[in-house]
Amino acid sequence: MSTHASPTFIRPLREAGVTFVLALIVFGPISGLVLDGYSIEPHLGRPLLIASIVAAGRLLFGVLEQTPFGQKLLARNARKASGGVTVARGDEYKLLYFVVPLVIAIGVTLPFVANKYWLGNLILALIYVLLGLGLNIVVGLAGLLDLGFVAFYAVGAYFLALGAQYLDIGFWTALVCAPMLAACFGAVLGFPVLRMHGDYLAIVTLGFGEIIRLVLNNWLDFTGGPNGASVPAPTIFGLEFSRIAKQGGTPFHEFFGLEYSSDYKLMFTYLVLLVVVLLMVRFLTKLRQMPMGRAWEALREDEIACRSLGINHVIVKLSAFMMGAMTGGLAGVFFATYQGFVNPTSFNFFESALILAIVVLGGLGSTLGVIIAALVLTLLPEVLREFADYRVLAFGALMVLMMIWRPRGLIRPKRPHFAPEV
Amino acid sequence: MSEHLLEVRGIDAYYGPIQALREVSLHVDKGEIVTLIGANGAGKTTLLNTLFGNPRALVGHILFRGEEITRLPTYQIAKRGLALVPEGRHIFPGMTVEENLVMGTIPVGMEHADEDRQAMFELFPRLEERRDQRAGTLSGGEQQMLAIARALMARPEMILLDEPSLGLAPLVVKRIFEVLREIAGLGKTIFLVEQNANHALKLADRGYVLVNGVIELQGSGKELLGNPQVRQAYLGGH
Repeated sequence: MSTHASPTFIRPLREAGVTFVLALIVFGPISGLVLDGYSIEPHLGRPLLIASIVAAGRLLFGVLEQTPFGQKLLARNARKASGGVTVARGDEYKLLYFVVPLVIAIGVTLPFVANKYWLGNLILALIYVLLGLGLNIVVGLAGLLDLGFVAFYAVGAYFLALGAQYLDIGFWTALVCAPMLAACFGAVLGFPVLRMHGDYLAIVTLGFGEIIRLVLNNWLDFTGGPNGASVPAPTIFGLEFSRIAKQGGTPFHEFFGLEYSSDYKLMFTYLVLLVVVLLMVRFLTKLRQMPMGRAWEALREDEIACRSLGINHVIVKLSAFMMGAMTGGLAGVFFATYQGFVNPTSFNFFESALILAIVVLGGLGSTLGVIIAALVLTLLPEVLREFADYRVLAFGALMVLMMIWRPRGLIRPKRPHFAPEV
Repeated sequence: MSEHLLEVRGIDAYYGPIQALREVSLHVDKGEIVTLIGANGAGKTTLLNTLFGNPRALVGHILFRGEEITRLPTYQIAKRGLALVPEGRHIFPGMTVEENLVMGTIPVGMEHADEDRQAMFELFPRLEERRDQRAGTLSGGEQQMLAIARALMARPEMILLDEPSLGLAPLVVKRIFEVLREIAGLGKTIFLVEQNANHALKLADRGYVLVNGVIELQGSGKELLGNPQVRQAYLGGH
């Protein structure tokens, strides 16, 4: 359908005109009126400039659209927009050999450059990446809508807090045991919901999330209720991150002859978290090529077909819940360590909704998309601190817009091709 | 006592309080093509699903290769050499044609996957042309072929088909029945549930007629085609 006639300028010009007017309406009040003391000063040149740039851009697009190159791009986009999942056949991964080491290098150097405030934000962002990856297994891959995912996050966080209080366990023990406990909770939730689909499943999981939170809130003797519970700082080979070690211990900074700084604890948490996230991404990518990952996606696509093909849907659903819960529990341990304190308000429904938003915005089933969405949704509000009041409003608007224009998420789900080559 | 490949002895099945099958008995021998015809709501699909354990037969026995499979879970039945092509195809729309075929190997493992995939592409050349295409974008006929091919990937001894002609153009239906004959030529036993009585009875060695959950008639394909009752009810008079 490529027309080789010379580009016409009439339509692009008209569109650019409309764009100019729209841009004036949008930017006029924002940049044209500047509040100076108690009076408002008009700066009409600025909105005009912005609108001209926007209109020029529109004109350029309009003309480019008609060239053979533009046609090719359009055709490519149209093919991509056919909906559904694209399948990676292996050669796409060549690029990864450069990108992955780069990302890791940036990830490792960041804590040494960032200040304490941003280091904290990065840790939170990575925690949400982990949560997003976990929920992505349940919602994105297995297609089971889980609105109570925060429960597993709470289980992981409280395991460390209460374990330290009652059993004297530390960060490393929790790192291993909390995911297992969370997986058990996943199985407990999984059993009753095996027969449910769609809305019913969502309601049951929602209830489960609230039950966990309410138990944590009301079991005063055991969990401390709304007062929460404190979490000890992590140790590295027995070295503590506190200014003065408890009896017999050596603080980290003394051992290495460094000046005391509370940043070390954060840096350490960040680096361990980064390693866990990277391992998790690797693990999930592998898992999708294995029978279990295939079975999850098959279950999402068609349950009847799965059963007639001899897939044990009970095991498949349970494994999805347990894997997701495990990841959530892992994230909980880091959250508790980072905060140094846990209480039930951190695990309300809004958290579940936020994690679900990450998964949906990222593109159900897309690992890369979920990572990007998690980073954007956690770091962007920090950048735009002044607009904190409108954060939830912005989320809502973003969700609505995404569902209209990109219902499959930021990044189209791409799945490793799992049929071996003949 | 029995040498039948599949034997159904007096099964009753219910959906809640509603009885869908009453004392249904039938048998399929090795290498046969047997068809089950009947009107909408007669219980044809229910019978196939009952063979696969959902809903379960409350009374009676189902034997496959002389083994009782009545109480086995669905996924176990699929592992014993019985494959079901469900009604309405139920392919995996988001997976490519090739991946759909690979999913079919689940009951037996990937051992023969390459060889069998090649054999399927020979049987269905259209599928080879479209091997990297998402299955959801195939036409209805191609999807049905894919569903049949996927079931065959499990190397079943017997294949159960639920209305493979559903919603397809007459020419495509004809092609599907040709393929079924080819599959029978490969030594597979076929149990075919159909509304398209004319085609099904012409293909089949034997047939059963199901009316309101009860087997009313049985006989060879030719006999049933000639039977006035069958002609009246399913072949439009004359």
